[in-house]
Amino acid sequence: MEKIVTRESWIRENIFLGMSFRDYVKSNLTPFNFIAALILIFGVPVMVYRIIYGLGPATNLSDNNPWGIWIGFDMMTGVALAAGGFVMGTAVHLFGMKEYRPLVRPAILTGFLGYLFAVIGLLFDLGRYYRLPYPMFVSLGVSSILFLVAWHVALYLTTQFVEWCPAIFEWLNMKKFRKFVVSLTIGATIFGVILSTLHQSALGSLFLLMPSKLHPLWYSSLIPVYFFVSAIIAGIAMVIVESMLSHRVFKEQVPKMAMNHAQFNSITIGLGKAASALLFTYFCLKIVGVAHGNHWDLINTKYGYWWLVEVVGFVLIPAFLYAFGVRNDNAKLIRITSVITVIGIALNRVNQSIICFNWNIEEQYIPSWMEVTITITIITIGLLTFRWIINRMPILYDHPDYEIEH
Amino acid sequence: MGINRRGFLKHLTAIGSTAVVGKATKGLAQEDFTGYPNSYGVLVDTTVCIGCRKCEWACKNVNNLPNKPITEYNDKSVFETNRRTHADTFTVVNRFNNSKNPDKPIYVKKQCMHCNEPACASVCFVKAFTKSPEGAVVHNPSVCIGCRYCMAACPFNIPAYQYDDAFTPEITKCTFCFDRIRKEGGVPACVEMCPVEALTFGKRSELVDLAHERIRNNPDKYVNHVYGEHEVGGTSWLYLSPVPFDEIGFRTDLGTTPIPKYSRGFLSMVSVVLVTWPALCMGFYSFSKRREELAKNESQNNKEEE
Repeated sequence: MEKIVTRESWIRENIFLGMSFRDYVKSNLTPFNFIAALILIFGVPVMVYRIIYGLGPATNLSDNNPWGIWIGFDMMTGVALAAGGFVMGTAVHLFGMKEYRPLVRPAILTGFLGYLFAVIGLLFDLGRYYRLPYPMFVSLGVSSILFLVAWHVALYLTTQFVEWCPAIFEWLNMKKFRKFVVSLTIGATIFGVILSTLHQSALGSLFLLMPSKLHPLWYSSLIPVYFFVSAIIAGIAMVIVESMLSHRVFKEQVPKMAMNHAQFNSITIGLGKAASALLFTYFCLKIVGVAHGNHWDLINTKYGYWWLVEVVGFVLIPAFLYAFGVRNDNAKLIRITSVITVIGIALNRVNQSIICFNWNIEEQYIPSWMEVTITITIITIGLLTFRWIINRMPILYDHPDYEIEH
Repeated sequence: MGINRRGFLKHLTAIGSTAVVGKATKGLAQEDFTGYPNSYGVLVDTTVCIGCRKCEWACKNVNNLPNKPITEYNDKSVFETNRRTHADTFTVVNRFNNSKNPDKPIYVKKQCMHCNEPACASVCFVKAFTKSPEGAVVHNPSVCIGCRYCMAACPFNIPAYQYDDAFTPEITKCTFCFDRIRKEGGVPACVEMCPVEALTFGKRSELVDLAHERIRNNPDKYVNHVYGEHEVGGTSWLYLSPVPFDEIGFRTDLGTTPIPKYSRGFLSMVSVVLVTWPALCMGFYSFSKRREELAKNESQNNKEEE
């Protein structure tokens, strides 16, 4: 039954989605692609400018504010929002919650790309990006928390790639390779849990060494726990948001999915339940942190109000909204709440690393338009990559030729 | 699959245990460290400094930084803003109002404090910083990748970055004239230059005694505090002041805990996670697998009964 596959037909089927080159190009003339193209035409030269002229002309970074949005947003927020891969992997492969299986592959792909593009963002931030392997192989600063972050992010990127591989090999129809990488699933999942626990909390722990620079409401010895718990929340919320968007953007794939509409809603509600419980826990931990330092007096200050916006507006209220949505079987409310939660986690990471950092000196950092442009460009490239893969590989649905793994 | 998993776990244990051992020894070394004995320091007496800024000139001169003729350093207009160190300026002198004697402003030299337990060194993931036995905290730009964590972590905001260098930017800061002081009789350029002996170079332990002696002998002239004796675990550079230190640009809320110690709680958790998580995960996996098998058997039994 072997089909004769010529190179032309292979490219047509696997790259051009079964269309001729001309039809494929035509099918890409969409408003979204037009905007994406505009961003790239504008953004890529800015990236080149940063490389050629350096950080000084391209950014508003200074000696007092050495970290900007490429660290505070791209890295800190990107990695937190990419936690869905390990959260869903743990739930399905280790805890045996099989009903969530349809969300594992999209979560792992989101995770892999999230990390990948966070690292790409980091390359623009590093003064000597070409020395990226130095902390791994050349000069090892083992006492640094950043050393742990570097190693773990690198290892986790690899782990997530391995977890993504089954989809690649199904796409390329390489059965033997696919069988091998599928056999690695449990090992990769466990390795991923360990790495994620440590580097998610380590990203927050970077700030443990800045007690004199962070606002006391954001500085606590609990920072590692905050970052870890909120990363799980971010992962869950992002999985909900991502699955919601995928159902709209990739409509044609919905009939192929391993879940019907009712199942999809019930999965969403199940995730909402977990998110609600975790948000309440996170809220309590935040309160414990303030109680620990006895910083109640600071609540009634400018920064205190801002803290309330974050902790009440984007933690406590979503926690209640999730609970309400679960009670009333309202998947739509859970999806909306997830958007709020994702924004809340981003707000927390930006507060932690930019807004409430150096709160006691006059010089405040506001990103330059070039920094913002590069961030938007990286996100756009990330989205395009995500879409390219989703359109080709069996991520949202099960490939009919392969049995379900595990 | 079994072999794969076993092999994988074996590797994992190896990685885990090296991390544990590596970190534990490092932690112990930090535990009782109170600075190198016989390390050098500088005592800055702000009651003596006249704000001539000749130390700034000498510093740029000895470090081959872009410099101006020494006469231009008489320009007093620079004192109108509070300055900090930058890529081509390792030391600056700032002027502060004297609350005790308004006619006599206080001049304060700023440069790297050369902490006994430097934050910059502990956060650097390429080990670019070393605290030398002589007391100098020295930066090695040949391994630096430019993450700028040292700048974010320094409680004194000292390290600066060559932001305008596109391809080979470096972290810069006061070197304590390491190449000079490691030689017998060598003195930092700024100390050598100071025309009024506001700066005293010597063994740190002796300078601490000297500072307290000056305070004892002139209790009206100084506040009873030697800045840098205990701040963030002690620094090689020490300061005397006629007014409370927060009035002349020093942070008095830094505490006496060395900055690296703030990461210890987390680092000790790392080994716990590395050891317990794999076991926990395998446990959860076995439970869910067993549950699945039981469910399968049950449904099979049910079928047979039918």
